[in-house]
Amino acid sequence: MRAAIVREGSIIAIALLVAAAAGSVLVLAYGQSPASVYRLLFATTWTSEHGIGQVLFKATPLVLTGLSVALAFRAGLFNIGAEGQLAVGAFATALAGGALPFGTPAALALPVALLAGALGGALWGAIPGALKAWTGAHEVINTIMMNFIASGLILYAGNSGLFVAETEHTRRVVEGAYLPDLGMAGSAANLAVFIALACAVGVWYFLARSRRGFELRALGLAPLAAEAGGVDLRRATLLAMTAAGALAGLVGANYVLGYKHYFESGMGSGAGYMGIAVALLGRNHAAGVVVAALFIATLQHGALAASELVPRQMIDVLQGVIILSVAASSAEVRRVLARSPEARA
Amino acid sequence: MTDILVVAFILQTLRIAVPILLAALGGVVSERSGIVDLSLEGKLLIGALATEIGAYATGSGAVGALSGVAGGMLTGALYALVVVRFRADQVVSGIAINILAIALGAYLIQLLYHSASNAPPIPGLPGNLYANPLFWLAVLLVPAVHLLIARTRFGLRVRAAGEHPDAAESLGVRVDRVRWAAALVSGGIAGLGGAWLALENRSFLSDMAAGRGYLALAAVIMGNWRPVGAALACLFFGAARSLTIQLKTAGILAIPDSLASIVPYVLTMIALAGFIGRTRPPAALGRHDQ
Repeated sequence: MRAAIVREGSIIAIALLVAAAAGSVLVLAYGQSPASVYRLLFATTWTSEHGIGQVLFKATPLVLTGLSVALAFRAGLFNIGAEGQLAVGAFATALAGGALPFGTPAALALPVALLAGALGGALWGAIPGALKAWTGAHEVINTIMMNFIASGLILYAGNSGLFVAETEHTRRVVEGAYLPDLGMAGSAANLAVFIALACAVGVWYFLARSRRGFELRALGLAPLAAEAGGVDLRRATLLAMTAAGALAGLVGANYVLGYKHYFESGMGSGAGYMGIAVALLGRNHAAGVVVAALFIATLQHGALAASELVPRQMIDVLQGVIILSVAASSAEVRRVLARSPEARA
Repeated sequence: MTDILVVAFILQTLRIAVPILLAALGGVVSERSGIVDLSLEGKLLIGALATEIGAYATGSGAVGALSGVAGGMLTGALYALVVVRFRADQVVSGIAINILAIALGAYLIQLLYHSASNAPPIPGLPGNLYANPLFWLAVLLVPAVHLLIARTRFGLRVRAAGEHPDAAESLGVRVDRVRWAAALVSGGIAGLGGAWLALENRSFLSDMAAGRGYLALAAVIMGNWRPVGAALACLFFGAARSLTIQLKTAGILAIPDSLASIVPYVLTMIALAGFIGRTRPPAALGRHDQ
């Protein structure tokens, strides 16, 4: 256990050092001082109620997509499709919430809208899951294809009458489906943050304590042994991708129900790919995902303040560098540890 | 009248296909060496960015195209550093390179040209496809890459690294070196695709790859990891796109772009599922020998 903490800790530490160094080069190239950029990045976010609220708002979708990627990964599957799953889910959330009759009470409207989102995302995850389980088609390629298919189909469906005429957004959901904001100094933080946290607890419980979750991990660790032990690999594969899709599909809770109250083209885009970074940084554990999402959200919100000194895109470059360096350092640290005799004891 | 339409259709098909084809040819080389190449999108983008920088600094499109090749190779080198040297996960790293590339392009045009969205104009490609040297280069690269992989010592090593790295290693092939070389060649060819994008548009845009790298990967798969097959897939993608544009311009049938755009992706999924012929990836794709 302690060895694992040291190992994972050093992976993250090395990666963040590399990212900070790369970021400094970018800042210096722009003729600014890295220290003041990094100070702006963190100072303005966590020192005001509004800043904290905005971080929570931006962290919410990242928790969900991070969990989505992490859950699939624990089953040995790569979910590159959170991007498409969240789009389909958010679209479904908005359509369901908008189709309800005026005056539908929250007790009915909220579950319906959330369920629609989860189902939409689940469908988008289940298709590559089923293709993987029954034809062996690689889920990485298929989830990428599904991302493009999602954006094409949503645009098509929207333009054929599901968007408000002459716009790229749907009609509003009924008021009963609104998720109230947290009242944090005008920030967009809303109750969806608790939905995301509940999902984190749910994913932890499912993986650590449930029979199906155990089967899923067995599939990820040793598929042949799992099959010999009676695990239905096809069912576990399908379940993992479906659940991963459902988690990403809930992103609409934050943007649609908690913020805009309608779906618009491109909503939440990027959060799906960033979920890969969050899962990687969070070492595919539910609690780690929450912390990593807060970290990435801090960078994303801090980018606004730092844009006084350097272009905002510096943070996007940093995110790319962080993913690369975590991926590289995790492989390297494991190899170094595997060579040293104490680690084996 | 019909002749003109047919010619317009063919020319447009080729124009659409060329940048995807170049990225796909790059993808064939790296994938056959056993590297999953999700970074084609990033190679296109950095290639286009480097083309802008080179062409703007010198005023020459040819220098721009060479810079594009260099930019693609640099991206290939970064990818190889992470996945070959450090054995990082290839899928994650490929996606990361694409995220990095789109942000780096936007950051660097602000740094170099103080503009948030577009870069200054650069020389373009000749309007006539027959007079376009990049077009003929792309056409020649199809048999060239085929011969490289199928007939040369280097190609044999690439295939060995992609199919049986352990066996290759035991026969004295330095698998890591072969993969490094394949990543650089792949980056150079895909970078040329980026050069096409920047030169055709006469300026770099930070989102100008617009998914073509992923489409190229789809073409690699549909083409069963063979250069000629990938080229045919690119032509097919180009023709499908061109057809919808021509039908709409001629006022015959308006298929919405949104719907037409998903055709290649759906076809790739069908091909992968084995419903149209069997696709067979290199046996060691994505695997590291220890």
